[in-house]
Amino acid sequence: MEVIKVENLYKQYRLGQISTGSIAHDLNRWWHTVRGKEDPYEKVTGLNNRESSGSNNYVWALQDINFSVNQGEVLGIIGRNGAGKSTLLKILSKVTSPTKGSIKVNGRIASLLEVGTGFHPELTGRENIFLNGAILGMSKSEIRSKFDEIVAFSGVEKYIDTPVKRYSSGMYVRLAFAVAAHLEPEILIVDEVLAVGDAEFQKKCLGKMKDVSEQGRTVLFVSHNLVAVKSLCKQGILMERGSISFIGSAEETVEHYMKANAEQLNTFVSYDTRSNAPGNECIKINKIEVNPSNPFITDEIKIHFSFWNLTDDPSIFLAFDLIDLHEEVVFGSGFSFETGLDNLCHGTCIIPSDLMNDGVYSLQLYFNSSDMRLLLNIPSKIFFEVADKERNYAYFGKINGVVRPKLKWNVG
Amino acid sequence: MKENWTEVINPKRSIFDINFKEIWKYRDLIMLFVRRDFVSVYKQTVLGPLWLFIQPLFTTLTFFFVFNKIAKIPTDNIDPILFYLSGITLWNYFSDCFSKTSNTFVANAGIFGKVYFPRLATPISIVISNLIKLGIQIMLFVAIMLYQIMFNNVQININSHIFILPFLILLMAVMGLGLGIIFSALTTKYRDLSFLLTFGIQLLMYATPIIYPLSFTSGKLHSLISMNPLTPIMESFRYAFFGIGSFDWSGLAVTSIFSFSVLFLGIIIFNQVEKSFMDTV
Repeated sequence: MEVIKVENLYKQYRLGQISTGSIAHDLNRWWHTVRGKEDPYEKVTGLNNRESSGSNNYVWALQDINFSVNQGEVLGIIGRNGAGKSTLLKILSKVTSPTKGSIKVNGRIASLLEVGTGFHPELTGRENIFLNGAILGMSKSEIRSKFDEIVAFSGVEKYIDTPVKRYSSGMYVRLAFAVAAHLEPEILIVDEVLAVGDAEFQKKCLGKMKDVSEQGRTVLFVSHNLVAVKSLCKQGILMERGSISFIGSAEETVEHYMKANAEQLNTFVSYDTRSNAPGNECIKINKIEVNPSNPFITDEIKIHFSFWNLTDDPSIFLAFDLIDLHEEVVFGSGFSFETGLDNLCHGTCIIPSDLMNDGVYSLQLYFNSSDMRLLLNIPSKIFFEVADKERNYAYFGKINGVVRPKLKWNVG
Repeated sequence: MKENWTEVINPKRSIFDINFKEIWKYRDLIMLFVRRDFVSVYKQTVLGPLWLFIQPLFTTLTFFFVFNKIAKIPTDNIDPILFYLSGITLWNYFSDCFSKTSNTFVANAGIFGKVYFPRLATPISIVISNLIKLGIQIMLFVAIMLYQIMFNNVQININSHIFILPFLILLMAVMGLGLGIIFSALTTKYRDLSFLLTFGIQLLMYATPIIYPLSFTSGKLHSLISMNPLTPIMESFRYAFFGIGSFDWSGLAVTSIFSFSVLFLGIIIFNQVEKSFMDTV
């Protein structure tokens, strides 16, 4: 049985400051509607694309969204930042309304994105349980009947009559989550809760998700965390620039997402002639290749370098810094290259498996003469992503650290 | 397949599609909001709810010295303390209802942006919590009145018109709420209005017989102030307690029509704005 049916859903946003000119736009829009004409700003609305700035101030945050969810399904919604996931959720939870189209819903929707919404710092834990519960749509008697359960689940019995502003942030989140967890909705929306909170909190959230789906209720799970999506969801939706680009099993959806991402990456650069190759009068880059092009953390990664040595020096020392997206140097490495035929130097660096953490990386290259004079310092145009694998334990968050080596443990 | 959806989310709703049933369903929430407003305001204050008494008393004393002693504006043979206190008590209720509901959307953007509940619950709860405040302040007014009768030989003339008091309060609640939600809907887009509102309410106080009796005005000014829909409420209130001033059924009728029309219009505008205000706020 279908519990959510989204049909031809559109959402338009206005970009930039809403101040000057909005009266004029409002009047113009109103004038068009009273004459029964189409909204003049609908036609000029651009695609949801952050990279290119359109010529107008309106953008479709969602465009022609169609999908339906069956009862008891756990649906993962993935996509890059700004793909429209949050907008879709906002419309689903009735925080804002669509511009066109409709959503039909069967049952009460609750969302774990609202954890702690409406908590008043001056009120006690007890008062906040009632207030928060009512905001989330429970009646007073409903809350009263579950009150003891909520308190026990939160584990803050001792502080229940203390204002929540005195709570530690952990206690605060636990109490808030306890209220949300006892909501018993027919449809549960979980939005990036895994990004916040510690491992224990994640476990509780995921446990709750499992409970909910096992009771035949529906879960929409929105996340960047592909590992969690693959492990928890059966169905998946991939969103790109405000529209759905793929619907299928969670596994396939994640694969599509990674493929789409890989197109943004660049694991291969090659230049045929010295004249158009990047470099200077000493060094010109010929080819750099990362193999495999979308490696997992468990793969050995080979980076092949090839460049022209235009100096008289027979050997060149090439070093690189491996840089992550936070511009942090993960590590550096270097080796001496002998010049071969046609002034070309070739070599491959092998990064062992189970060393890198998941993430996107680039390379900064340093070419030195044999007496270690810097000849060329150049960023490569290489961007490659190391992807995480499914895990079979309960924690699905990113594992901390710039590297993630597999270490030997002796236990017992 | 049979299509029985519990809810359909659409871009626009028709003008009169106001879900009162839903508001009733959320009555627990409204009462919890009232409680929250009341409890949280006086937390960590030494005097606590005593401030409910201190504020009107000090304003009364200020008015007494400025307008009675210095400006020598007459109070229609009513004891000046009681005259000002009655005006301030009623005026505070109206102005609190109006100004506090007028920023419903802006003040609650954080919570409205995350979770849905009928947005009207917020302004309704404000009107109710102010009603409790008004009740307490009317008790203060009665206490001061008894004090003045016993110790200062002040003569008053409470008459049968006192029974209209609940209706007067209802009218002010309706008018304050109506105007407030109209402004709240407009300020989501045009913040300028909130500046306008602050001194607009102040000006409105001087256009209402709070610090002077209606009988003090004459000519064009008199008819202008008589047109203020708040004037009959103020005058009737004082007439009920002191037997002085004017009691005008037709004026009250006009005020009633005005108040309920404003509320009706307000609910319609509010209802239209609440669906998509998150995009503009």
